[in-house]
Amino acid sequence: MPRQRRLRKIVAPPKFQGYKPYGNNDYSTGSIDLLYEEYEAIKLADYDMMKHIDAAKLMGVSRATFARIYESARQKIAKAFVETKEIIAVYGNAEFDKNWYVCNNCNSRFTIPSTINEQKCPFVSCSSDNIELINK
Amino acid sequence: MKTVITSSGKTTDSDFDKRFGRADFFCVFDNETNETSFIENIHKDSSNAAGTKAAEVMVELGVSKVISGDFGPKAKTMLEKFDIQMVIIQGDGVKINDLIKKLS
Repeated sequence: MPRQRRLRKIVAPPKFQGYKPYGNNDYSTGSIDLLYEEYEAIKLADYDMMKHIDAAKLMGVSRATFARIYESARQKIAKAFVETKEIIAVYGNAEFDKNWYVCNNCNSRFTIPSTINEQKCPFVSCSSDNIELINK
Repeated sequence: MKTVITSSGKTTDSDFDKRFGRADFFCVFDNETNETSFIENIHKDSSNAAGTKAAEVMVELGVSKVISGDFGPKAKTMLEKFDIQMVIIQGDGVKINDLIKKLS
């Protein structure tokens, strides 16, 4: 029996359910499932321009596994482009990051719910933006 | 914006309570009016799910931030669901006063 897959932490799910090609003559030839963790890998590496090693740490997997997820994501997107397939976002082996942060100034730990846009310490007297994501 | 601080007494000189669900009192601090009020935690001796019940109280009060020593798994999921910010403070001898000062 293969070893169980470790859940990949992701910060937020993609904001779309899929992408569809348009302007192609022949009808769409099927779809490709893009996993949440693959979306996250593309986002971290190519949108946030993070180094693979840092991105891997954030997702809770090894650097090599991150590279594999990223590679598979790129191949899927390329395949969808070339073969005019739809891209559908599916859950995969993802786990939502609990988003616990630590303030390096006053050592308090806290979460940042989606309703708060600023990434800084919740104490007004501190308000430090020197915060760091922790695995809790 | 209302903030709840878990407290072991009902005055601002009281010690900060590190438990969430089983804290003695909840200190509600409103940073717009600078008013504080204390609410007794009626679920502190309940045999189970004190955290969930306390989280329900938070939702009813309409607070946006909760400061405590730690949160149990049930309370965590509940507070997360209602977009309430959780803040964990560690260290002993913290008074409610100190925290209010830091918030205003």
